[in-house]
Amino acid sequence: MGDRTIDQTAAHMAEAIRTGRATSYEITEAHLDRIDAVDGTIKAFLHVDREGALATAREVDEAIARGEELGPLAGVPIAIKDVVVTKGLPTTAASKILEGWIPPYDATIVERIKAARMPILGKTNMDEFAMGSSTEYSAYQRTANPWDTGRIPGGSGGGSAAAVAAKMAPLAIGTDTGGSIRQPGAVTGTFGGKPTYGSNSRFGLIAFSSSLDTPGPVSRNALDAALLHEVISGHDPRDSTAIDAPVPPVAEAARLGATGDLSGVKLGVVKEFAEGSGAAEPGVVEAYQAGVEQLVKLGAQIVEVSCPSFVYALPTYYLIAPSEASSNLARYDGVRYGLRTGDDGKRSLEEVMSLTREAGFGPEVKRRIILGTYALSAGYVDAFYGKAQKVRTLIKRDFEAAFERADALISPTTPFTAFKFGERTGDPYQMYLADLYTIPSNLYGGPGVSVPVGLSEGMPVGLQVMGPVMGDDITYRVAAALESAQETLLADTAPEIEGK
Amino acid sequence: MSTISREEVAHLARLARLEVTDDELDAFAGQLDVILESMKTLGEVDTEGVQPTSHAVPLVNVFREDQPRPSLPRDAVLAGGPDTVEDRFRVPRILDEEE
Repeated sequence: MGDRTIDQTAAHMAEAIRTGRATSYEITEAHLDRIDAVDGTIKAFLHVDREGALATAREVDEAIARGEELGPLAGVPIAIKDVVVTKGLPTTAASKILEGWIPPYDATIVERIKAARMPILGKTNMDEFAMGSSTEYSAYQRTANPWDTGRIPGGSGGGSAAAVAAKMAPLAIGTDTGGSIRQPGAVTGTFGGKPTYGSNSRFGLIAFSSSLDTPGPVSRNALDAALLHEVISGHDPRDSTAIDAPVPPVAEAARLGATGDLSGVKLGVVKEFAEGSGAAEPGVVEAYQAGVEQLVKLGAQIVEVSCPSFVYALPTYYLIAPSEASSNLARYDGVRYGLRTGDDGKRSLEEVMSLTREAGFGPEVKRRIILGTYALSAGYVDAFYGKAQKVRTLIKRDFEAAFERADALISPTTPFTAFKFGERTGDPYQMYLADLYTIPSNLYGGPGVSVPVGLSEGMPVGLQVMGPVMGDDITYRVAAALESAQETLLADTAPEIEGK
Repeated sequence: MSTISREEVAHLARLARLEVTDDELDAFAGQLDVILESMKTLGEVDTEGVQPTSHAVPLVNVFREDQPRPSLPRDAVLAGGPDTVEDRFRVPRILDEEE
């Protein structure tokens, strides 16, 4: 770890603020200055709220001076993916159709971040409506990977991951529908956690696929993510799919993991992930295997598990997610928010709607709307959407059977490291393959985290830990244990970024 | 033989209220064909008697207190619309539609 303010972990920053060794103002300002210095190169932020962030920081410092007891991350700045609505701050989901829209309310998780007294630095870039694995489908800008600025930062949450990797923010919020927190984490050498579906609120998340969407933490290590996980989680009466149960003790689990003892923990390796076209590229496999060996040295026991339905996870996902998306995105009608195109007083509502949606949506969003419309149309709905929902049941059963034999499952997070810009945009199916190992957890609903495990040809590789529903704690414990076996956090070895 | 034709894509785009261009139709038809081809593998799976999963974590009888709460301020909501008049969203002509 370097000795600059921005090199510290979020937990250290919080501690320094609480004990008066640093102020939230200076820490927040250091990150805003970092954004000024390097975001011209990285382009992780769509909107930066310097005044708002510093105002919150000042309030925190004043509260501490008065002797108030604040939460565990009070004063630590955070970046938020632009798919999460923030009152008074532009929110576009990186789409032209929402350009200029200022939400009149906060998402529940943003309310919780504000209640935790965390300064909000700004909104991060992403694939439009969270559809993509490279952030290249943003309607606004191309975010670069801090490890190699000619390569993608993953997606859809490439902006959040790149901001944290480049130390423009110690923490960020992502959302994960098929891997959009974990895959960007893997390819940028950062930590990304997808909590159990329903263990936190979707209220105020711009909906993509409602049965899969899950917000979660982005950080540079497991403990920081766990602390943020606890800030945003918990029941919310405004989301009828939110689970009314205690939040798993993830911070405690991360601290336990950091002791480096995994004796008695059984880790399942999914046989089908390593077979045939599902296999990862050799450099990824090598880094992952080295991680598995470290886990064994820490006392973990490896068991092979078979999940035969996992090979169908990708087509199942690409029927369910676009179907839900085609329905969710019907709300962009050119009437209530954002863009309206072609309203010349003569054209009908329907014509204006079609022109608005044509002008406002990008290519991947259109493809998925058409695909979803197809899968839900009369005559096909049973063969496609209905069939996919049944296969989803089989995938769930595979997980349940695997967790009879193992406490958690491990795999590489993604089959390949960060690719070059433009390499996969011409063939959507090649892009979809990035989420081959992350999608099953979304279909099942269980948690999954990606922790940096090593490098392949100079680019970061992530190891995924998947847990049972509401078993988020075991995923953090295993991830933190793996970190404890590493000399330095991978995120601290990233090359320095040249400012622009 | 392709799974989905250019004409079908055009029809679906119309249903979804997307005024797609000819170039987009050409590109989408080919790309969607590749995607749908991969989905045919689901046909191999025996799902006889398997119940569908619509939500990852099934919850039943989700209730909350039926208490009146203030709604969002009207002006704040209307401010997000592309065209408003007299405290309302203005919509384009809705009568005399062909379809």
